[in-house]
Amino acid sequence: MNLKATELRLGLPGTDESQKEYSSFVKSNKRSSEGMDSSCNEEECATAPKAQVVGWPPVRSYRKNVLQQQQKKSDSDVSGMYVKVSMDGAPYLRKIDIKVYKNYPDLLMALENMFKCSMGVYSEREGYNGSEYAPTYEDKDGDWMLVGDVPWDMFVTSCKRLRIMKGSEAKGLGCQ
Amino acid sequence: MAQSFPEDVLEHVFSFLNYDKDRNAVSLVCKSWYEIERLCRRRIFIGNCYAVSPEIVIRRFPDVRAVELKGKPHFADFNLVPEGWGGYVYPWIVSLARAYPWLEEIKLKRMVVTDESLELISKSFKNFKVLVLLSCEGFTTDGLASIAANCRNLRELDLGESEVEDLSGHWLSHFPDNCTSLVSLNISCLGSEVSFCALERLVARCPNLKTLRLNRAVPLEKLPNLLCRAPQLVELGTGAYSAEIQSDIFSNLAEAFLGCKQLKGLSGFWDVVPAYLPAMYSVCSRITSLNLSYATAQNPELVHFVSQCSNLQRLWVLDYIEDAGLEALAASCKDLHELRVFPSDPFDAEANVSLTEQGLVAVSEGCPKLQSVLYFCRQMSNAALVAIARSRPNMIRFRLCIIEPRAPDYLTLEPLDTGFGAIVENCKELRRLSMSGLLTDRVFEYIGTHAKKLEMLSIAFAGDSDLGLHHVLSGCESLRKLEIRDCPFGDKALLANATKLETMRSLWMSSCSVSFGACKLLGQKMPRLNVEVINERGPPDSGPESCPVEKLYVYRTIAGPRVDMPGFVWTMDEQVSSSLSRVTERRGD
Repeated sequence: MNLKATELRLGLPGTDESQKEYSSFVKSNKRSSEGMDSSCNEEECATAPKAQVVGWPPVRSYRKNVLQQQQKKSDSDVSGMYVKVSMDGAPYLRKIDIKVYKNYPDLLMALENMFKCSMGVYSEREGYNGSEYAPTYEDKDGDWMLVGDVPWDMFVTSCKRLRIMKGSEAKGLGCQ
Repeated sequence: MAQSFPEDVLEHVFSFLNYDKDRNAVSLVCKSWYEIERLCRRRIFIGNCYAVSPEIVIRRFPDVRAVELKGKPHFADFNLVPEGWGGYVYPWIVSLARAYPWLEEIKLKRMVVTDESLELISKSFKNFKVLVLLSCEGFTTDGLASIAANCRNLRELDLGESEVEDLSGHWLSHFPDNCTSLVSLNISCLGSEVSFCALERLVARCPNLKTLRLNRAVPLEKLPNLLCRAPQLVELGTGAYSAEIQSDIFSNLAEAFLGCKQLKGLSGFWDVVPAYLPAMYSVCSRITSLNLSYATAQNPELVHFVSQCSNLQRLWVLDYIEDAGLEALAASCKDLHELRVFPSDPFDAEANVSLTEQGLVAVSEGCPKLQSVLYFCRQMSNAALVAIARSRPNMIRFRLCIIEPRAPDYLTLEPLDTGFGAIVENCKELRRLSMSGLLTDRVFEYIGTHAKKLEMLSIAFAGDSDLGLHHVLSGCESLRKLEIRDCPFGDKALLANATKLETMRSLWMSSCSVSFGACKLLGQKMPRLNVEVINERGPPDSGPESCPVEKLYVYRTIAGPRVDMPGFVWTMDEQVSSSLSRVTERRGD
């Protein structure tokens, strides 16, 4: 008995369930429904490079505006985004734009690559104990701090320069 | 006996009825009760401003003191309703001004409000007390100046999250020196600076001020000035809560908060500097409502602060809280009723934070009173949803947004039908549901079968066929609002359930498969529905009848078709649609 024929559905004749592949879900920039609004308003096109679906995810315009403003603010009012980076034992300094990085792991990875050193993983209690090198920075008040102690956003606005210290020297900084 | 009951006794009894539902029931008992009730009804709630006309309202209820109106459909919040769609309050204000000189309260949501309307309000109602404008637009600070200047007994001015054209901060100075009646002031949506002096003096002379929500421009250093003048505050919106880190600012702030013994609610924090969060530790244990949903603070400062609030009932927060933070929340805030977790980076497909379904499961398991959830995340599983459903059968509002459309169960790659099915089956009191992820017609079968108390349902990128929509419309007995986008739902289910639509407030369908022909048919069949087609690309009759419409908005009404429709909205009203071509010619836009 071909129950499928009597099924209440509005699909094109000849298509059936087996054509759906649940394992590959549709990316947000593919449009599969008919008659879909393909306009992408300016605001959304400006915030992200990917093609976006209008009104998705369902974030209210008010909130979207606030998020945009906050992103702009953190982009533009960073004092000293380009900071000098020195490493103990290295003959010359480098300069990096810390604004480019989203978080500490990103920054540490970049520094490790740049200086071909290993700094390990930060822990609140132990700092970078056990690592060959430890990243430190000079903040707005002129104090030398261990990278990772303060929240990322605060670090970005207060970091004046970076210094990659030998692990043994950085031990003192770790005990805050 | 009902006949011999004196009218004033009945009126006195009715005065104890505050819910519209009760008053409506009472009006249906008999003609004399209808008459007595309508004369003494003081509060009116109109969920759709186009469902009724001001004249009809005024004819039935001659002595109203408070009016609440809602305009645009909910999906307007997500830019799905084009600019100029409607929801103009001015005609209402004109009629209300004539009929109700003693009107005290006007509350509006998603309406277009002009300075003209605000000025008319300020001059028409001598005892005007409460103005609440939620998600409204169309007015400037000049309109606010009229309200401030002319409403002598103003108690509440709440601008919600409205879009206000900020011409200057001087409007606040229009409050006369003898205005001492303010109880609630919410100016958090205003972009530019208000005169701090004027604000300070206003706060100082209003001894009953309980709610003060400041805008972003109020500097943190000056917050103590306000708090010291208003230690009786119950709700505070802090403004940006940002300043250079200085110990004197911190100590002033901490001292000021120490004096606020009544503080129960906190919000604001737009540019929060986490180092200043501990200044509020003295009030944390009394806080029941915390809105950190604009605060970019991260862990550990964020979770430390939230965990201090052991009596928290409502938490709105960004996903910076992460799973770890939610686990801590579940352990420390056992009184939690409502949790909303918003995305910090909604347009990035990649997760920038470690927030998954685990956080929600933890809170559902740890917080026995949790009944209202709004959660944005990037992965979900049926197992998690089932766990949530089993832990929280008391859930009333459940809104889940998985950021990627049509995302399946990330563990099994199956649709999330089972998970959401468990939610509707276990949570028998569920009134509101928003779904996301990969969903087939089966989930709608579960919803139609179990969700008998469901009043509002939001669906996106879901379902396979008309059967899905049919399950919902035929099964959900309490359904009032249904909003759908990008689903393969079409004519069959809509026409088969046409009469259901008269029992609901409204139906929204955009980017679905409803044809122009079906819309016309629906409009003809159902004279008490307004069937409105929104087609920005051109008149719907310029193509074949089988062509799908862009957007469809159907709502019940006793006011007939709208008279204020813009060029891209067509009514399917029988009489009007027969002159569709004439109307289309006239419309040059």
